Amino acid sequence: MNNLLEAHSVSKKFGDFTALNQVSISVPKGSIFGLLGPNGAGKTTLIRIINQITMPDEGKVILDGEPLQAHHVRDIGYLPEERGLYKSMKVGEQAMYLARLKGLSKDEARTRLKYWFERLEIGDWWNKKIQELSKGMAQKIQFIVTVLHEPKLLIFDEPFSGFDPINAILIKDEILRLRENGATVIFSTHRMESVEELCDQITLIHQSNKILDGKLTDIKRQFKTNTFEVGIRATDNLLLEKELSEKFLVSPANFKTLGNELKLNVKLSEKDIPNDLLSFLTSKGEVSHFVELIPSANDIFIQAIKNN
Amino acid sequence: MNHLALIIEREYLTKVKNKSFIVMTILSPIIMIALIAVVGYLSQINNNKERTISILDESGILKSSFIDTETVKYHILDNMSLEDAKIQVNKNEEYGLLYIGNFQDINKVGEHIKFYSEESPSLTLMSALESKLEKQLTDLKLEFEGVDIEKIKAARVSVNIGQESFIGEKTSKIDSVVKLVFGGLAGYLLFMFIIIYGNMIMRSVIEEKTSRIIEIIISSVKPIHLMLGKIIGTSLAGITQFIIWIILGSVLMTLLSLIFGVDFAQSTSGQQEILNQAMQNPDVNMEIQNAINAFYNLPITNLIIAFILFFIGGYLLYSSFYAAIGAAVDNETDTQQFLLPILMPLILAVYIGIFTVIEDPHGTVSTVFSFIPLTSPVVMLMRIPFGVPIWQQIVSFALLVGTFIFTVWFAAKIYRVGILMYGKKPSYKELLKWIKY
Repeated sequence: MNNLLEAHSVSKKFGDFTALNQVSISVPKGSIFGLLGPNGAGKTTLIRIINQITMPDEGKVILDGEPLQAHHVRDIGYLPEERGLYKSMKVGEQAMYLARLKGLSKDEARTRLKYWFERLEIGDWWNKKIQELSKGMAQKIQFIVTVLHEPKLLIFDEPFSGFDPINAILIKDEILRLRENGATVIFSTHRMESVEELCDQITLIHQSNKILDGKLTDIKRQFKTNTFEVGIRATDNLLLEKELSEKFLVSPANFKTLGNELKLNVKLSEKDIPNDLLSFLTSKGEVSHFVELIPSANDIFIQAIKNN
Repeated sequence: MNHLALIIEREYLTKVKNKSFIVMTILSPIIMIALIAVVGYLSQINNNKERTISILDESGILKSSFIDTETVKYHILDNMSLEDAKIQVNKNEEYGLLYIGNFQDINKVGEHIKFYSEESPSLTLMSALESKLEKQLTDLKLEFEGVDIEKIKAARVSVNIGQESFIGEKTSKIDSVVKLVFGGLAGYLLFMFIIIYGNMIMRSVIEEKTSRIIEIIISSVKPIHLMLGKIIGTSLAGITQFIIWIILGSVLMTLLSLIFGVDFAQSTSGQQEILNQAMQNPDVNMEIQNAINAFYNLPITNLIIAFILFFIGGYLLYSSFYAAIGAAVDNETDTQQFLLPILMPLILAVYIGIFTVIEDPHGTVSTVFSFIPLTSPVVMLMRIPFGVPIWQQIVSFALLVGTFIFTVWFAAKIYRVGILMYGKKPSYKELLKWIKY
């Protein structure tokens, strides 16, 4: 079994509203899986179904080869998007309570918490009240509590919101380290740059339906338009632009250069070979810039949703 | 390991360690006792003030019946006109002037007695004066008609109907009063407990929603466990608070009466007078004996067991509603529309308990309402001191448990959906829809 988690045609309705319509996903073991979609697409509903907070109307979820059961809550660590802590409790008490709810014994919870508190440099917070903490500080506690019981599956819903850039990197590195140690991560976010950095696999949900899924590199290949960004210093820029636009689809490009190059986006057709373009260009002038335009996760996100 | 126990522990500890809870626990009995002490003390001062009343008796037949008491001194005026007397009394700052006119007919004397005073006189004093004068004039008239008063006194017959059930248990009116007090106390206690701690449960559910911790918790435990844990934890905190109140209250009461010598049982002298009068009456001594007997005659074991069972059943029934309401709304101001339908049967139960149980503890209305689950805990607790057949208690309790299981299921459904809903105030229609989710 290569997939840690599989959801098969999961549907969920709230009254007349369909929150999820026949959505299937498979999350390979040891991967970081991006669950993407605009607001209200149904991501949180799917995550709640995986956490057994809500039950699906149809379909089934398989975790590590078994249909989802009550005891699986201990194999999952979930950091919800809407997260808080009991305001009047002390940090240590609260972390102990949440850890014990996940099935850790008192001693075990204490040892592990001490370890994590040291690791994230918050050892002296143990006796502080949550009210005294900033949002970012509280997020650290929530992160620790999510990963403390060393679950097989970690689900992070917008994990970086509320963190400053330094702590965001700290948390990102921790997520990568957890993956190296064998955890599988489901990662739900709107921040596409972090998808780019972290995710191996993505699934895009839009209006309750899955519209896209697969390996991020495969999807990029699928979405690429064979367009090259070109910068060239020719003897006659206007003439060159005219010559190029006769052969290819050309549009003006915008990037920073030092001289006054001709800057163009050149879209090749199916049968054109990039090398031919390059040799054509070198014959016309000094090429300073030649880059294939790879669609960013952001572009893919926007385009996939527009197409739908 | 056991989730429910963990949740109960947390709920209990956070409640008990909460500052306002501690302050309320300690301060409430102190404030209550202080209030009682102040009221008692003030009414004592009020009554202990010595009053002087001047008597101008032109008929001359009533003078001798005024004897000074601890609080009222009588000042008999002679050979003075009414106008002069008024001026003098006013000048001496006496409490008032009682004027008795001179008539041949004793009835007329009675009709023309007047009391003059600066302010309107105390009601108790007036009725005391009236009864004193009435008695005196009646005696005089009887004497005038040639009746021997001693004979009349000797001929007076007192009646006290002794009550006895068919199996030979002696009862009395006092018996009913004692039963009523115990039943009323139990019912009222439950009522207060539900309102105070039901609200506390509701607030704590709302707090979990507004602090957004709920989704973290709910990914580890079942909503129904969280709800039950909350209800049980809060109840235990409530019981702790109640016990501390009772202990602290009685300790303070004893201390206070030792230090200040304020006798709370007989705080006002008016009551004291009635009590003193009653003590001279041999019948009352017997009545007190009856009251003590009545207390021992109460079905104590039945009362205690039923109290515990109905208290727990009734409390859990209502608190599951409170938990569901807390889950359905986002803040306390939105709770009003849902609280009303819950408070209605509760208040109804208390009124039915007070009015119909006194009238007839085994009448149709009180019997029916002691079976309806929403009112049964309060009404049944009020009826039990009067002796309710065991089968009725069992049926009523079974109904209560059945309803309780249903409402907990129902509340858990609303709870499960409601805790994850933010930002909108649901209608009843929506609540019903949630059950199907």
